[in-house]
Amino acid sequence: MSSSSPINLEGTEQQTPTQHRGKLKIFLGYAPGVGKTYQMLEEAQQLKREGIDIVVGYFEPHARADTIALIEHLEVVPRQVIEYRGARFEEMDTDAILTRHPQVCVVDEFAHTNVPGAQRTKRWQDVMILIENGVNVLTTMNVQHLESLNDRIFRMTGVRVRETVPDWVLHQAAEIVMIDLTPEALLNRLDRGVVYHGDKILRAKENFFQESTLTALRELALRETAFEVEFRQTSGDPNAGVQSSHAGERQTTAVSRSSERVLVYVTAEPSSVALIRRAKRVSDYLKGECIAVAIVPPRHTSDSCEAGAAIDKHLTFARNLQVETHVLTGGDIAEQLMSFVRQHGITQIYLLRPQMPRWNIPFKPNLVQQLVRLARDMEVTIVAERGTRPLKR
Amino acid sequence: MPVAARPDPEKLLLQIQAEEKYSASGRLKVFLGYASGVGKSYRMLDEGRRRHERGEDVVVGALQPDIPPEIRGILKTLQVIPLKLIDGQPVMDINAILRRRPQVCLVDGLAYDNPAGSRNAHRWQDVEQLLEAGICVITTINLQFIEERRAEVEAIRGKAVSVTVPEAFLRNADEIVVVDAPAEHSLVRGDQSAPGALANEEERKLNHLREIALLLAAEVVDEQLESYLERHGVTQAWGMQERILVCITPTSNAARMIDRARLTRDRFHGELYVAYVEGSDLTTDERQALEDHLALARNAGAEIQLLDGDDAVCTIMDFARERGITQIFIGHSLSEDWRARLGLTTVDRLIRAADGIDVKLFPH
Repeated sequence: MSSSSPINLEGTEQQTPTQHRGKLKIFLGYAPGVGKTYQMLEEAQQLKREGIDIVVGYFEPHARADTIALIEHLEVVPRQVIEYRGARFEEMDTDAILTRHPQVCVVDEFAHTNVPGAQRTKRWQDVMILIENGVNVLTTMNVQHLESLNDRIFRMTGVRVRETVPDWVLHQAAEIVMIDLTPEALLNRLDRGVVYHGDKILRAKENFFQESTLTALRELALRETAFEVEFRQTSGDPNAGVQSSHAGERQTTAVSRSSERVLVYVTAEPSSVALIRRAKRVSDYLKGECIAVAIVPPRHTSDSCEAGAAIDKHLTFARNLQVETHVLTGGDIAEQLMSFVRQHGITQIYLLRPQMPRWNIPFKPNLVQQLVRLARDMEVTIVAERGTRPLKR
Repeated sequence: MPVAARPDPEKLLLQIQAEEKYSASGRLKVFLGYASGVGKSYRMLDEGRRRHERGEDVVVGALQPDIPPEIRGILKTLQVIPLKLIDGQPVMDINAILRRRPQVCLVDGLAYDNPAGSRNAHRWQDVEQLLEAGICVITTINLQFIEERRAEVEAIRGKAVSVTVPEAFLRNADEIVVVDAPAEHSLVRGDQSAPGALANEEERKLNHLREIALLLAAEVVDEQLESYLERHGVTQAWGMQERILVCITPTSNAARMIDRARLTRDRFHGELYVAYVEGSDLTTDERQALEDHLALARNAGAEIQLLDGDDAVCTIMDFARERGITQIFIGHSLSEDWRARLGLTTVDRLIRAADGIDVKLFPH
């Protein structure tokens, strides 16, 4: 990827790309211990040998011995100390790195959440600052930290991953490399105490470190990397489609950005979050646009206040995933949505499963029924809340 | 929740036999790359070195003609069984390896043909023989040498290859590892080596190959996951890809539904099923319409399912759960007596039943 063709994404216009914008390279894995950091540091050493000005911006101090050995001879920018509730925490010192301004900065654990009191909430936000200021960054993350997979991971493992990275951030990376290792080899490493020590080994085996879970995560990581490679082929380059035509039928549809416009109807329902993730993921894969719409009553009553706060929260969540948001006021929900659909050229609607019908008003059609009647040519998708069905053997 | 299977004596026997075979023959591990130079040989030999350091008896059975400097260091620590020259052609010395009987044999480059008159025509058959003898084999292969991928890869690269390995050989491997690397070597260095359009063109080709290799590995991993779950009595499908089920009736707008489903499948590199639940007798016209729909489905490369059940919703949901369906496409009718049938329609019941599965409604 040459520097003259920065990856062009919808919704990122507010970040004016300067000529000296840095590039991001992500070493993507599917579990701790697959060798992401090791491979990143190997590359760092190689770059240093080639005379590149490279520093380590953040490095996990609990790293494994063979990994620690690789940090030798690399310049490390000291971490900043942040006090929180009487304890001392160490975070990456972004300002110090900017002052030092190396060509390349190594930042471990891209998905990390900073301690409260840090300048930014997430490490990936710190990394974006480095990139915007012309520092190239090498970083690591596991696939389960990808926002759009959050519900899927929860369903599979019963673990709700809290440290997430929005998909659009990944799309910004110039390069994503899959660090592959078989689950057999990984479990072997775990048993030999290479990944964790003592009790942590057993605890790990109860969570992510089961062969079935690891295999599933690995498949997700492979597919995600393939998607990211394809994404870079077909976006940002108007000629990309010419190449694709060789590959036969399957690729010919992937030529241009489609006119797909997906509306997500956001409510105060907590599962709106999962709905937004799902709709955004599908519209990303269809190379479409995703727009979140909420409808609030014209006048706030005390009852609607709480609902309003929940809706606000969900819309903020959507904006963080770079989903455009709109708030409509009052009126009949189905009709409001439909007039929005017509004005904005929406091609499909995503919404949550309606509540069970209230038996006291048996003939009032629910929202799905109203919509399909009004939207004669529209695809309407109902997303049901997904419970957990852990992949245990 | 996964469903535990009742112990079936026949199944248990098969399982035991499978396990016996599993322990008697050597394990096969394949490092798959999308082009030369991504570092397959290094990864394989590095694993050999580490196993050797942990006390396993490791030999190198075959090497590529060009040995890059970073590999030379590793080779000093491992025993190499030299290739034999037959008619001036280097061939893996399988007899020497069998006599030596190591625990692990490293074979760099799986796609080689042996000269006429050799015991096996292809090197992958030599490897099979080593496995049968209980020797574990770690080997490397490039995507372009996989028989089933050859046409696709040749179209991209514009170069023909003459030697191939059947994909089934790879799919039967105990472990497969993708050696991934960006097409452009480094963030920083790339900026200097830029002969413009040519480099971009080359990079696009390589990225295309890269994508194919990653998806191939994902498919193999998906199969491994399912066979693992099967071995452990989990009957529910758990694949990580999108699986789309289109439910059709004679009155469905099948062309649109299948078209949309095909697009979704392609973008997600998922799977597509088209199902019809057999119910009341069809008129000749209806039968014909259904046949036309099914022809479209076949054209789209869908797996067609004629389901049988008293209750359409239950039948569809049973199938969807068994196959790990993630999206159901179904048509809805807008007939006038719509209000009267409220809450009782198939679609309505399906939406209620489809926990964790997206239901996409299409107008008839």
